[in-house]
Order: sequence, then C-alpha cells, then structure tokens
Amino acid sequence: MGKLAYLRNIVTLELHADKCTGCRMCMEVCPHGVFVLAGKKAKIDDRDACMECGACARNCAAGAISVRAGVGCASKFIHGQEHGTVARCFFRIWGYGV
Amino acid sequence: MAQPSCSDQRDRPEKGRCCPGPAGGPECGCESHATVSGSAAAGHWIVGQVDTPAGTIPKVEARLRFQDRLGAWKARWAIGRMNYAVVPGLYAVGEPGPDSPVFVTANYKMSFDVLRKQLADMSAWVLVLDTRGINVWCAAGKGTFGTDELVKRIATTKLAKIVSHRTLIVPQLGAPGVAAHQVKKRSGFRVIYGPVRASDIPRFVENGFDATPDMREVRFDFRDRLVLTPLEIVSWGRRALWGRQGLIIMLTLVVVSGLDRQGWLLHKALRLGPWALAMYAIAFLCGTFLAPLLLPWLPGRAFAVKGAVLGGVAALAVTWFRWDASAGWGTRVNIAAWAVLLPTVSSFIAVTFVGASTYTSLSGVFKEMRLAVPVHITATIVGVVLLVLGQFV
Ligand code: SF4
Ligand code: SF4
Repeated sequence: MGKLAYLRNIVTLELHADKCTGCRMCMEVCPHGVFVLAGKKAKIDDRDACMECGACARNCAAGAISVRAGVGCASKFIHGQEHGTVARCFFRIWGYGV
Repeated sequence: MAQPSCSDQRDRPEKGRCCPGPAGGPECGCESHATVSGSAAAGHWIVGQVDTPAGTIPKVEARLRFQDRLGAWKARWAIGRMNYAVVPGLYAVGEPGPDSPVFVTANYKMSFDVLRKQLADMSAWVLVLDTRGINVWCAAGKGTFGTDELVKRIATTKLAKIVSHRTLIVPQLGAPGVAAHQVKKRSGFRVIYGPVRASDIPRFVENGFDATPDMREVRFDFRDRLVLTPLEIVSWGRRALWGRQGLIIMLTLVVVSGLDRQGWLLHKALRLGPWALAMYAIAFLCGTFLAPLLLPWLPGRAFAVKGAVLGGVAALAVTWFRWDASAGWGTRVNIAAWAVLLPTVSSFIAVTFVGASTYTSLSGVFKEMRLAVPVHITATIVGVVLLVLGQFV
C-alpha cells in the first residue's frame, strides 16, 4: 500500500530556487518529505504530498518558499470548529505526542 | 447547525462548561480561551524542586499516574472535558544540571504528559510555552506556539542562566510556528527539531540528538486511524444518533414510513420504519467507522468520494438483500431512495474525517467542500423526495 494521497495539483507551495542557499532546513521540518536536495539546492519532489502546514516557509531563512498555510479541516465549513478539530487535535497528541 | 463557540457540543456555554473561568482550564486541546492561573506548584505531577542560579525550578515526575492515563482515555472517547492546562514555564525532570538538554512543549496537559513520560530515563529541562492549553501542532498552526512566545519564555525563565549550552529541542510539528533562524538571532539559542513522534525521543537522544528520516515523517497508519474511530463515533453520534437532531431525524423516518395513500398506517410504519432506521445506522457506521479504517483502500482521493463509494457498496448489498421480483413499486422506490441516501450520508460524514487526517491541505479541503456540498444537498433532496413518493405509489 502506497502513501495516502490527497487531491492532485491543488497545493499553493512555491519554491523560488534562485533564492535557495541549500541549507536543508525545509527537508528537516517537512513532515511529508516534499523536498529533496538536487545538487546544491532544494527541489520539490512530491508536491501533492504537501499539507500546507507552512513549516518549510517559516524556517527558510532565505525566504525561498511560499505557501498559503492553514489547517485542512472540513468541519470549519460544516459546523465551525467542532468535530474534526477535536479528532485532529486528539490525534496530534495521541499519535505524535505533541 | 448551531455554531458553538468551543470545539464541541458538550462544550456549549449553556451547559456552563465552556470557558470555565479562572479556576478551570481549557476544555480541550484544540480551541480554548481559558488562561492559566495559580502557581507553578499546582498539580500532582510536581514532586519537588531543583535549585538553580535563577532560583528554584519545580521538578515533575516522569511517570504518569492513573489520573493522567484516565484523562487520556477519556479524551479518546470524548468524555467530559478533554483535559486541562499546565502553567507555562521551566520544569525539571530527573536531576538536570547546566549541561542537560532542554525540551520545548505546549502547556496542554496531554502534550506535557506525553513528553515527560518519554524523559523517564534522563535528566532534562522542559520549557512549557503558553499556547493557551492547545497542543503543539494545532498551536503552531495558529502561531501561539511560535517564535515570539519561545523567545519571551526563554527570557522570563532566565534559561540562559540555568543552562550553559545554547540549544533547544523543539518538536518538529512545532515548526509551522517557530522560525529557527529568528529564534537564534533573537535569543542566541539554536533550535534543533526533534522527532515527530514523542515516542521516538529516546532513540533521538541515543542517536546524538539527530532525527533520522523515519522520525521526521508523519504517517497515518491503520492503527492511527483505528484509534480515532471512537472519537468519530462519539462526536457524530451525540449529534446524529442520540442528539436532538438525530432523534428528530429518526422519528421523522419512522413517521414517513407509515405514510400511505390511505393516510397513516401503523403496520406500515412498523414494517418500513425499522428498515429506515437500519439504513440510517448503516450509513452512520460507514461514515464514522468503516471509511476511516478503509481509507487507503477506498477508491478516489477526495474523502467525499471514498465515503460515497463505501455507502454505495453498502447500498448495493442492501438492495441485493431486499430486492424481490414480486415486490410492489412502493418497495422498489423505497430501495432506490436509500440507494441515493445511504451513500450521501456516508459521504457527508466521511468528509469531516479530513479534519482528523494528517495529510490534507487546506486548498484541497476547500476544493473538495466546494464540490461536495452542493452534491450532498441535491442528493439529499432527491433521496427524500423518492422516499416520500415511494410511500404513495
Ligand atoms: S530552507 Fe530555503 S534555503 Fe534552505 S534548502 Fe530549503 S529552500 Fe533552500
Ligand atoms: S508546507 Fe508543510 S507539508 Fe508542505 S512542503 Fe512545507 S513543510 Fe512540507
């Protein structure tokens, strides 16, 4: 069984390779292995795996990454902050202990 | 649907449990408005203190007590308050000295618990940020677990006087809020991102404070999804089954089942009513339990499609079971109605599991909802019309 994948060609992740210094920070913080190092610069390897958490952009000192970060939570549409958020938060704590 | 200000129905203000005021803590790890009060000495987890050049630091137990475990178990079944907050600040685990590592976490009680449990075999400092009782990942997304708070907390706890090194271990899932380079610039402390899962901390430490690629990746395995299903069932059930809305829906189903050209027939309600309730229950089970579990094996990428396919399979099975060549048109239309409604309800519930998943992007969710909601509404109308029509043919 492969990795679970969400909708294709929809994420807002952008890498401006000209600014990249190859510090590898984005590879370190990304929870979905979206970036790889190609030569001396970062490269987006698995764009559709991005969950738009914003960790890479926040930690790129060179400002080479942009992404519209947000929590992908359907319950915002259906009933405000109710249901899915509870489950997600619970999972974040149970599954990852954070 | 109502818009409660807190994260779930049970937290509604009219029940007097949302935002319980200064004495209480936040209701859960996701949305809270409560602030922490009281001294750092509060809490059964404090077992002593450690003297440092910057004063005494409360010492916490690395062992979790029964209350702590019970709290975690209740959170899993969504019973009562999700949990409560810990006073932000610096804590000691074991007998830490100037060289001991510093682990950063949020002041949500369960976040704090999972971390201290992993530190059982070492001496370390734990720097608890004020995230208003929200867990690290969610707080990082909102920015409360962030650079500003971290830099501020380093200053207020006089951390630089307590430790001789200049390194902090921040959970990787806190990275959406923390900019390591800015922390370095503003406080002199270097941020090392720790593993994604707290349970990898001992391995991470053994590995010389270096996270291997497998420690860096968020997964969503069968077991992970299974653990979430009680919460799905309970939080949906309290609305759709034993909640007010649910009771109204089910009562309506039974009432509709009795409709007939000759008026309202009790024997018809007793014959079709249980079917209707069973269909509703099957749809509920598909959306809350089966869809999360079977997620990777269900076709489609959108959760709405996965839920609909599952509901469709269930509807087919039911049709196969109920179909009878001699059945009248009324039964046939009734079967058709449920063949539309069952996948719709299942899909509607399955979509919300996006919120619990660990790989969905906000842009993707926007797109999915834009497409799915109109389809849900249309299908519901069609299904209900068929259901009522079937009573009269
Ligand atoms: S964090 Fe920024 S500068 Fe560093 S490798 Fe990634 S894109 Fe390049
Ligand atoms: S936004 Fe998050 S998931 Fe997407 S590439 Fe950046 S770190 Fe990875």
